[in-house]
Amino acid sequence: MSTSTQRVVVTGLGATTPVGGDVASTWEGLLAGKSGVRLLEDPRYAELPVRFAGQVAVDPYDVLDRVEARKLDRCQQLALIAAREAWGDASRPELDPERLGVVFATGIGGIVSLLDNYDILNTRGWSRVSPMSVPQLMPNGAAAWVGLDLGAKAGIHTPVSACASGAEAIGYALEMIRSGRADVVVAGGTEACIHPITVAAFAAMRALSTRNDEPERASRPYDKGRDGFVMGEGAGALVLESAEHAAARGARVYAEVASVGMTADGHHIAQPDPEGKGATRAIRLALEAAGASPSDVIHVNAHATSTPQGDIAEATAIRAVLGAATDGVAVSGTKSMTGHLLGGAGAVESVAAILALKYRLAPVTANLDDPDDEIGLDIVHGSPRELRSGDAVVLNNSFGFGGHNVALVFRSV
Amino acid sequence: MSQTLEGLAAIVNEVAGTPIADITAEKSFVDDLDIDSLSMVEVVMACEDKFGVSIPDGEVKNLRTVGDAVAFIDSAMSA
Repeated sequence: MSTSTQRVVVTGLGATTPVGGDVASTWEGLLAGKSGVRLLEDPRYAELPVRFAGQVAVDPYDVLDRVEARKLDRCQQLALIAAREAWGDASRPELDPERLGVVFATGIGGIVSLLDNYDILNTRGWSRVSPMSVPQLMPNGAAAWVGLDLGAKAGIHTPVSACASGAEAIGYALEMIRSGRADVVVAGGTEACIHPITVAAFAAMRALSTRNDEPERASRPYDKGRDGFVMGEGAGALVLESAEHAAARGARVYAEVASVGMTADGHHIAQPDPEGKGATRAIRLALEAAGASPSDVIHVNAHATSTPQGDIAEATAIRAVLGAATDGVAVSGTKSMTGHLLGGAGAVESVAAILALKYRLAPVTANLDDPDDEIGLDIVHGSPRELRSGDAVVLNNSFGFGGHNVALVFRSV
Repeated sequence: MSQTLEGLAAIVNEVAGTPIADITAEKSFVDDLDIDSLSMVEVVMACEDKFGVSIPDGEVKNLRTVGDAVAFIDSAMSA
């Protein structure tokens, strides 16, 4: 039995990121201000204006069985690693497979497999193109593999909304449980699209930092010297479960997924609305749906990509909604350490936001040497910030090219 | 073990992870070795590269067992 007010909780977390190969090491790194951004040694990057990125800290081939790994695109490998960790962390709920769903997002999909096979087509002809290339390139491939791995039959879905994709997946999963379609949903986001063409393409938009001499310091949200985002790869996964189902099996609960707010800018294909109007509405809708007031918010894991315009637009939106309460809210920009995981970002940052709520500790924002006066937020930097105890909510923002805005609210339990 | 069987076993091991010792002539690709239709394409591609033979799509359905494949490859190599 489910209703639109069905409470949904988080019972498992998983992640593999440039900072760490699992949730524990990623969280530890985010508290310590550890950057996962490194130079790209591959000579194919030598002539590009950007020669660094955040590659995953642990090679997926060190985690997965070799035969399994070779069938999968790298974004699918990372998704499977994160999903399995989350599922294990939730103590592997036993339920009717028709009540188990998967919502796993990606912004780009298996583009590196596609490009590798295009190279094969050009050098060796069509007869050597891998029969796995379609399952590898299809954006729903990661969700499908996770679903096959868990035997999920309630439905498998892949929202695609650029850098908001991972957050949208969690929102979709929340609605899937509330609408009664599933009792448990594994939700997440993944990306692994670092390749000379994607780096060149984002560089062509002038969206990337070009701080080649200091890769670890290139992602610097809210700093006056920020000059664009840093590409990253990785995946995050959450096990969402109806509160009823979680209670019935005595599951450990991290937090409640209180609400999601989703809007569109209707402004520009790649530029944020300078006043952050769409983002403002998303945050406001999410807090209203959660029944939370600005003073309930103790922490924001911000989208904070380190672009000159985007960081200001988001800060404007946060202040527009939280008003005077903004000053008491600890804001963290964890992309300063992970880089921008694109379709994986919203999921990994939701994992971080949930842990911040659970442990009452906000991770740092690295590289904030010279805060931009226009930002006007209380940014956590230098060392992690202790958050107040008691009933509270945290907010995770994600925005994507195309004008997608997703705000998630997690409530303490 | 013939050289062809040895080479084919290495390919099946690479594609499906089956232990080399379990890859014997009477084994069925589909029923015993966990080779689905997509994996079979990979096996065929790798055999064509390794043995320098051509295995037409129309022939693949006749290669039910490892022994069938070895026989086809041996005959194609001596042709």
